[in-house]
Amino acid sequence: MIELEMRDGVALLWLDKPDKDVNTLDIDALNRLEGYLDQLQTDTGCRALAFVSAKANNWLAGVDIELFRTLSTEELLKVGEEGQRLFTRLAAYPKPVIAAVHGACAGGGFELALACHYRIASDHPDTSFSLPEVKLGLMPGLGGTQRLPRLIGLQKALPLLLTGRSVYARQAKRLGIADALHHREGIADAAVTAGQRLSAGQLSAAQRRKSLTERVMESPSASQIVYRAAAREVMKTTRGNYPAPGRIIEAVRTGLERGMPAGLSTETSSFAELARTPEALALMHIFFARAKTRRNPLAADALPVDRVAVLGAGLMGAGIAQVSAAAGLAVTLTDQTVDQAASGARAVHTDVSRRVGKGMTAFDRDRVVGRIALAHGPAAAAGADLTIEAVPEVLALKQDVLRQVEAVTGPAHVYASNTSSIPISLIAEAAARPDRVVGMHYFSPVPRMPLLEIIRGEASSDEAVATAVRVGLAQGKAVITVADRPGFYVNRILAPYMNEAILMLKEGVRIDLIDGAMRDAGFPVGPFRLLDEVGLDVAGSVTKVLAPLFRERGTELEDTATPLLEAGLKGKKGGKGFYDYAKGGRVVNADVYRLLGAAGAAAATREQVRQRLLLALVNEAALALQEGIIADPVDGDIGAVFGMGFPPFLGGPFRYMDAQGLPVTIAELEALEERYGSRFAPAELLREKAAAGRGFHA
Amino acid sequence: MTGTHSSNRVLLLEGARTPFRRSGTDYLDLISYDLARSVIRGLLHRAGVPAGSIDNVIMGTVVQNASTSNVARDAALAAGLPVSTPAHTVTLACISANRAIADASLSIMAGRSELALAGGVELLSDVPPVFAKETRKRLFTAQKAKGPVGMLSNFRGVGLKQLLPKAPPIAEFTTGETMGRSADRLAARFGVSRGEQDAYALRSHELAAAADAAGHLAREMLPTALPPRFELLERDNTWRADTSLEKLAQLKPAFVRPFGTVTAGNSSPLTDGAAAVLLGTERAAGEAGLTPRAVIRDWVFTAGDPGDELLLGPARAVPELLARNGLSWSDLDVIEIHEAFAGQVLAVLAALGSDSFGRDELGLAGRFAEISLDNVNLWGGSISLGHPFGATGARLLNTAANRLEAEDGQLALITACAAGGQAHAMLIERSGS
Repeated sequence: MIELEMRDGVALLWLDKPDKDVNTLDIDALNRLEGYLDQLQTDTGCRALAFVSAKANNWLAGVDIELFRTLSTEELLKVGEEGQRLFTRLAAYPKPVIAAVHGACAGGGFELALACHYRIASDHPDTSFSLPEVKLGLMPGLGGTQRLPRLIGLQKALPLLLTGRSVYARQAKRLGIADALHHREGIADAAVTAGQRLSAGQLSAAQRRKSLTERVMESPSASQIVYRAAAREVMKTTRGNYPAPGRIIEAVRTGLERGMPAGLSTETSSFAELARTPEALALMHIFFARAKTRRNPLAADALPVDRVAVLGAGLMGAGIAQVSAAAGLAVTLTDQTVDQAASGARAVHTDVSRRVGKGMTAFDRDRVVGRIALAHGPAAAAGADLTIEAVPEVLALKQDVLRQVEAVTGPAHVYASNTSSIPISLIAEAAARPDRVVGMHYFSPVPRMPLLEIIRGEASSDEAVATAVRVGLAQGKAVITVADRPGFYVNRILAPYMNEAILMLKEGVRIDLIDGAMRDAGFPVGPFRLLDEVGLDVAGSVTKVLAPLFRERGTELEDTATPLLEAGLKGKKGGKGFYDYAKGGRVVNADVYRLLGAAGAAAATREQVRQRLLLALVNEAALALQEGIIADPVDGDIGAVFGMGFPPFLGGPFRYMDAQGLPVTIAELEALEERYGSRFAPAELLREKAAAGRGFHA
Repeated sequence: MTGTHSSNRVLLLEGARTPFRRSGTDYLDLISYDLARSVIRGLLHRAGVPAGSIDNVIMGTVVQNASTSNVARDAALAAGLPVSTPAHTVTLACISANRAIADASLSIMAGRSELALAGGVELLSDVPPVFAKETRKRLFTAQKAKGPVGMLSNFRGVGLKQLLPKAPPIAEFTTGETMGRSADRLAARFGVSRGEQDAYALRSHELAAAADAAGHLAREMLPTALPPRFELLERDNTWRADTSLEKLAQLKPAFVRPFGTVTAGNSSPLTDGAAAVLLGTERAAGEAGLTPRAVIRDWVFTAGDPGDELLLGPARAVPELLARNGLSWSDLDVIEIHEAFAGQVLAVLAALGSDSFGRDELGLAGRFAEISLDNVNLWGGSISLGHPFGATGARLLNTAANRLEAEDGQLALITACAAGGQAHAMLIERSGS
């Protein structure tokens, strides 16, 4: 996987993993590298070494993640120490070593580049540097926590280590990560020239001049402030749910205070421990699950789609038009009037413009927005391969536009409704070709919410479903296919969670305590904040659709929306909901307690809140799988994490139950059932799996 | 004139150019109209045709002077053409004059004109500065501002830096790519080294100096004396007889630092100049008593990716043109390639001689041709002679015709790359053969 080419006295080490698009580090590669270092050290014809990649848009993506999952702590420790030793040897190598980077340089790849003496980056947008380990609950293990702060300074290094953020070429040059920039085409030539000049003493690595602030902040006493500030920031954003950031800070600090060998030793032991934590295992589970949702299981049935018509240019419609245009599709955005469609186009232009200057040019923006043609009336869908309807949630209206679209489109045309509450099969009753009708349930705001639920109606054909999935994947969504049952998947599992929150509110527990408890549990927002964000009207209509289903099970869903809506509370968009947005949205709207007859004075621990809400949710997920709403627990995990912000470090509801052990979940549910009633009765499937001694995931 | 001719043959009757001078030197006091009127008047004089016999004038230019935005019309009138002769200006980056010549040829082929004057002009000493869009907007609304207070509030929020005019951007609007960087990339992609580029640049200067010594350049040059100083200029000041590989090797990369290979020394310099040709039908040539120099056989304009292959166009245009005419590279006696950069010329030639490019990009069995420099740019090129963007195409055509005579050849090829990923190739045949 590393091939040697001698060019004008410089050894080009070509990184090229056979039959892969991406280079990864593995034991074999490390052994090959060691061999080359031995060989070239005494080779008098070799003046310098340079790492280059033979891949189109990847330099070296780091260590294969599969390795982290399969190796034991001891094995990881051994690999880490071996790798560190090799990189340390590289850093001290008697001949100049250059990293000539075009493409993604991530994780162990970046750490290899950091161990080199000189770095050239291609100025291509595909080139990026990152240490993304933290996103998987891990940390750099090959010297990254040591060499990056030494190269670019503590203050600049910590954010990169703690967020896993990518740095692109120009910024890499500014930060001092790259010594020079060059174009992709000549990156190997540049490496050869650099190698010759470095060995001849005509060139040396760019010496970064430390700013005054930097010198002050890196003094022993001031750096304590930096560490403390970083730790505080980490605590604020992770709420203590992620162990990796703390370990990263500790490794950096050890290295800077007690020297590199001590730092490396802390780094490697922390790394090996982190790799076995439940958080890292759950995050890696999500990583692989997300990769699975990038594939279309029905790819062979999918029809080509060139033009998409979006009916309705409101917030949802404009968002769908935007992600479609960004995917390179021709879009017809149509509403009742062209004026209304134009306001949708304006929203798209404004949103896409925010990326101009951040990797996107104004010209690129113009091309994206320019793909959206404006029109009025459903007949404008003529000529589209796929229509996505996003008109108001009124059955008669939805059926009417469906009929109008069918009248102007051919037999291959696929019709998708973006309904959140109306059954697709009901809408399709009006269709002449019900087999072509599916649901595409997006989440708001569409450009930023990663999940898309594709709803297979009773009559939906494989071809129609496959085509919708294809478009969703092109739009960059995590796509899960779900059955046409009330609430589909995400709203279905949200219902009992929200219901439990409202019940606790009515029992007298404070709104901010409930929201705070769930944020502590790892949710990005609490249930009441979420209701405000979604809008109480929308939430209300979803509750209405789901109520009969829960009633059959003997559970009455609490309808808070109606009294609050009657009192003029609509949520964030109306300025007031559970919180008062006139006051910046930080303050609870005390009227809610009065309107719902809740005292807001009952005592409850955060753990009690977490137990009731989380278990209501995961049990409902099990019921959804049992009913066949989702076909695979992987889809259930992805739907929860990307559709409603289920804590990623728990890996999704199914992964959570598996990790906890199904008998534990059942016992907890039974305890809650005893105290609060049958709504906590464990799902049959949960009992079956537990009885068989298995988990949900194979 | 009637519109019933099937298709007239287009003859090259005469050509001329002003001396090419480095920008910021002798033409610094002029506007582009001055060079354009000078070349039009000089060409008519040299051809000995009455101004009234010209049916239309088409000139190419890239950087327009706002006061003479249709520079062809203003220059034609100043050069003494009758008010009744239509004249217009075209713009197509570095192949603007080629476009002007092609358009004039089309009008002759279609029987719409008998005698046409086509060429181009560029005065890079006089590039109009630009204001930021926001400043332009405020300058417009300032016309309605009332009093000093109104004027002040009109410009509120506009920083001093924004108010100052800037040099116009040299990057491609669509991709942000610049010519020099693109040439650097192309050279790297086709494995053209710094040494090869410098050697090519040296060749260009040496050949220009030799052509000058042999009197070839004087053949195409119009001695020019222009206001306010009326100093007589008879030669280019662009090429250097005293350059050497050692001098060229010392130059730092100009666009991609520190490891790039394109330098100021192996690039065409910023140049001022104008060039034009007289085209006509056989009948018009007979009436004017002119001996045709060459026949314009055919041409193509092509367009490609302005991001990755900004300057590679000739490698696609030439095969297309030759295939259309059932010709191969070895049939050509004279080749004139626009030298934007040595790296670009050598990359184009490498592409034409590359098996993989021929196979993967041109759909051929292998390479397009075996390429040598034996008949390429023997009197120098844009690197040595200079490159006034809008005029270079007319120089290439005139030089190719002159070389056919001097070298006793039959067929000549002209090709050039241009911004926007576009390119041109033209085939001419010596007249009287």
